[in-house]
Amino acid sequence: MLGFIGPNGAGKSTTIKILAGILRPDGGRVEIDGRDPFADRERHVARIGVVFGQRTQLWWDLPVGDGFTLLRDIYRVDPRRFARTRDELVGLLHLERLLDQPVRQLSLGQRMRAEIAAALLHEPDILFLDEPTIGLDAPSKLAVRDFVRRANRERGTTVLLTTHDMHDVEALAERVIVIGHGRVLADCAVEGLRAQVATARRLNDGLPEDAEDEGMTIEAVITRFYAMHGAAEA
Amino acid sequence: MAPHELVRPYVAAFASRFLQMLQYRTAAYAGFATQCWWGGIKVMVLAAFYGGAAAASMPLSLAQAITYTWLAQGLLALLPWLGDPEVAQAVRSGAVAYDRLRPVDAYALWFVRSAGWVAARVLPRVALMLVFAGVALPLAGLDEWAWQPPAGVVAGVGFLVSALLALLLSTSFVMLLNIVAAASLNERGINALAGPIVIVLSGNLLPLSLLPDAWQTTLLLQPLAGVMDIPARIYFGQLGGAQALAGLGLQFFWIALSVAFGRLAMGRTMRRLEVQGG
Repeated sequence: MLGFIGPNGAGKSTTIKILAGILRPDGGRVEIDGRDPFADRERHVARIGVVFGQRTQLWWDLPVGDGFTLLRDIYRVDPRRFARTRDELVGLLHLERLLDQPVRQLSLGQRMRAEIAAALLHEPDILFLDEPTIGLDAPSKLAVRDFVRRANRERGTTVLLTTHDMHDVEALAERVIVIGHGRVLADCAVEGLRAQVATARRLNDGLPEDAEDEGMTIEAVITRFYAMHGAAEA
Repeated sequence: MAPHELVRPYVAAFASRFLQMLQYRTAAYAGFATQCWWGGIKVMVLAAFYGGAAAASMPLSLAQAITYTWLAQGLLALLPWLGDPEVAQAVRSGAVAYDRLRPVDAYALWFVRSAGWVAARVLPRVALMLVFAGVALPLAGLDEWAWQPPAGVVAGVGFLVSALLALLLSTSFVMLLNIVAAASLNERGINALAGPIVIVLSGNLLPLSLLPDAWQTTLLLQPLAGVMDIPARIYFGQLGGAQALAGLGLQFFWIALSVAFGRLAMGRTMRRLEVQGG
């Protein structure tokens, strides 16, 4: 489980689009499980699932359940296997009452749960989540987080998550990559970021121990980290 | 991969779009009403035109020209004068990114969806038109203004085959419009440009055989004849036997060419694709 963060405009979504084979990088080389995402697009996308929090992949006018069935055929999933996966996802994400509703009638929280199920129906090895909790209320955020954690632990799905909600990162990610200005600023555990920020403050302040550091919220840590690297959005 | 597994995504995408579009009944009735109204006007214009000319020297009789008009009005939604609005919307909203995530041929996926969209708009409208102009008008004693049957059984079957090819040909043009919409991020320009050209060159405005003699070869060979005029000529037996086969071959040729060109253009567009914003 990897958290991928950076200020607005840092290139998080673009990176995901390149990793998913949607965009062709202008330069450099990408390889995932031995596949070049853009050149081997059809083979690659069969093994990944993607959720863009700000877009919808389900068909607006189709009931959720019909959309799932269409995805089954598009991904050529075996019908029995599909039924098992779908029922499991429907149970875990509490979608029972939504299956007959057209997507346009769902609330954002309901839709996001349906979107996540849609991205996992073909049992991908890797799941890319681009701001999956954007705009969600607290219970929905918790439900999404809880589900993602279980998918990662129980199914062994690799998850790459971008978000601006640092509680997502703290709750989920074992490893964090921070980018800004086109560079990797950090690649470590969340605690590593906290330590870096604390060290920098001590050096600046000349204070050996800063009581404030201990209780610093994760938002404060990230804000200071961006500021340290001059990476805050202009 | 077994053949039915190979085509499964495309069949499902076609069926889903087709069935979904069939639900828009009010749009079908409204379209039908408009097409009857315009059809009526065109029939009256044709009648006046035939009354003032030496009808015997015309390549189509008045009854045939009237039948052509009803046929053309019924098949109006078959004309490739608009890109697929779902594709245009996906381009505007960036949902096109999700289309790139499906493990299927990207051109073929859009093609079958657009074909489902076209077919679901044509079928109810042409059925209603047939009932109105082919059944109701004769029953009302307006035989001479009615939709007449095809020249024969062979002409009828040939017409059905040709109409099916017209669906594929039209979809391959719709795909070109889709690709231009994707490349220019907006569908309006290309739609405005396509409309008048398609209406005239398909034969919808006036049967192509009524246009000047000197233009006839060019008119018949140009690609848009295949979406309306060639099926109609086969229906009337103007193209019979070997000529009908040549007509079907010509449709097939233009399908192959515009699919090949569309795939090339789509590949180029997708390499340059930018999906902007979060």
